[in-house]
Amino acid sequence: MQLYDIIFYLFALITLASALIVVSSKNIVYSAFSLLFTFFGVAGIYVLLNADFIAVVQLIVYVGGILILIIFGVMLTSKITDVQIKSESIQILPATIAVGIFAGILTASLLKTDWRVAFPASHDQTIFTIGRQLITGYVLPFELAGIVLLIALIGSVMIARKERS
Amino acid sequence: MDIVFALIKIVIAVAVLLFMVTYLVYFERKISAWIQDRIGPNRVGWGGLLQSPADVLKLFFKEDIVPRAANKFVHSLAPVISLTIAFITYTVIPIGNDIQLFGYNIKLVVADVDAGILFILAFTSIGVYGITLSGWGSNNKYSLLGGLRSSAQMISYELSMGISVVGVLMLAGSLKISDIINYQSGWMWNAILQPIGFITFVVAAFAETNRLPFDLPEAEPELVGGYHTEYSSLKFAMFFLAEYANMIVASALISALYLGGWNLPFVHDLGLNPTLTILFQITTYFIKILCVLFFFIWVRWSIPRFRYDQLMSLGWKVMLPLSLINLIWVAFLIYVFKI
Repeated sequence: MQLYDIIFYLFALITLASALIVVSSKNIVYSAFSLLFTFFGVAGIYVLLNADFIAVVQLIVYVGGILILIIFGVMLTSKITDVQIKSESIQILPATIAVGIFAGILTASLLKTDWRVAFPASHDQTIFTIGRQLITGYVLPFELAGIVLLIALIGSVMIARKERS
Repeated sequence: MDIVFALIKIVIAVAVLLFMVTYLVYFERKISAWIQDRIGPNRVGWGGLLQSPADVLKLFFKEDIVPRAANKFVHSLAPVISLTIAFITYTVIPIGNDIQLFGYNIKLVVADVDAGILFILAFTSIGVYGITLSGWGSNNKYSLLGGLRSSAQMISYELSMGISVVGVLMLAGSLKISDIINYQSGWMWNAILQPIGFITFVVAAFAETNRLPFDLPEAEPELVGGYHTEYSSLKFAMFFLAEYANMIVASALISALYLGGWNLPFVHDLGLNPTLTILFQITTYFIKILCVLFFFIWVRWSIPRFRYDQLMSLGWKVMLPLSLINLIWVAFLIYVFKI
């Protein structure tokens, strides 16, 4: 087993173990906090796949932005209101069937796919290439994503602002 | 062989960092004493030079108190996160150009990542968790308020910090810190080319490191000790170290991105041999970092603290538009002067 493999299994273990806590923990604050380690583990795996830009963006967007907002919501509501917020299991039978089918599809695709196993070549100029592609080949999706984000931004400001009478 | 070099570099970086942090605390106390016309630490060692090591030893031997109502795991995890994140960011900051030593070409950086700046921004955004977790895990109102304030503050200022950095990236055309520094050779320092971006970045750096005038997370008169109210002994020391380590990262970044890093005009006219030139450049870089650190301390002891709403409106209504103006200015520079 090479160093590469050991690091991969380490990050995989972090991701899986923390994801398990996210779904199984009764305390919703624990779930939110262990999501941090899930995102971190996924970022580590991205790095191992030579996708350093995706890894860093994963940290900036999910860990630095979205998760902080989730934790804000969870921390403020669970401490301030008297209502005990818990995550519980409901409708176990339908959920088991749905998860079972999904797991079956995943396993099937895992086994049926003809995986190409090759050690990823090292790319020094990942960001340069990504930037080039974004403003040449993928300029329309890129701009559309920008407009969608702008609409979301304006929408949230409209909801949050106070009406002056 | 690469791994051995990397390990040696990590050991050196951590050792230098710990040494700098220890003496930064000493200098902060000395400079604050000088600003307030006091004497400052002068008992332990010559001129008080051993005061900081003595303080560290003292913290070692103190009792570690965990509040009964606290969440034990989260309470101990939080300072570790803070300190680790503060140290990780050093890995991508270079201190000089490549050096030839014993036939090897050695890079004076632990990991010259292609996404250097983004790496630092990503990890400083994780640094918020150390403070948020400590605030929540202590099960104390003041800690929780301090933690929440800090998260809100860091998110607000991260935005203008990121947009100010974009100006630098546009000029250098690279996210690698060594490329950015080498781009600013001679007098082409970013602080001169884009002064607005420089100012917004410095202000955001103050907010990110929770230093006065933005130290609301631990505002003593209103929040007791803020997020580290319930911490004692080495856990407190970790937060303390992390704060100063973050200050050094911020200074290193300010000097690297805006003050030309190791560049000084006319160095190549001195006719030194390559190794000496690099040593000279490393010294220059460290002197620049020390000057910025002095500025950090100077501001702390001169300016009163902001009120929380002032802090927020400054962040969103002043800093963000200013950093956007800087972006337009840089685009103008590139379009007109083709630099």
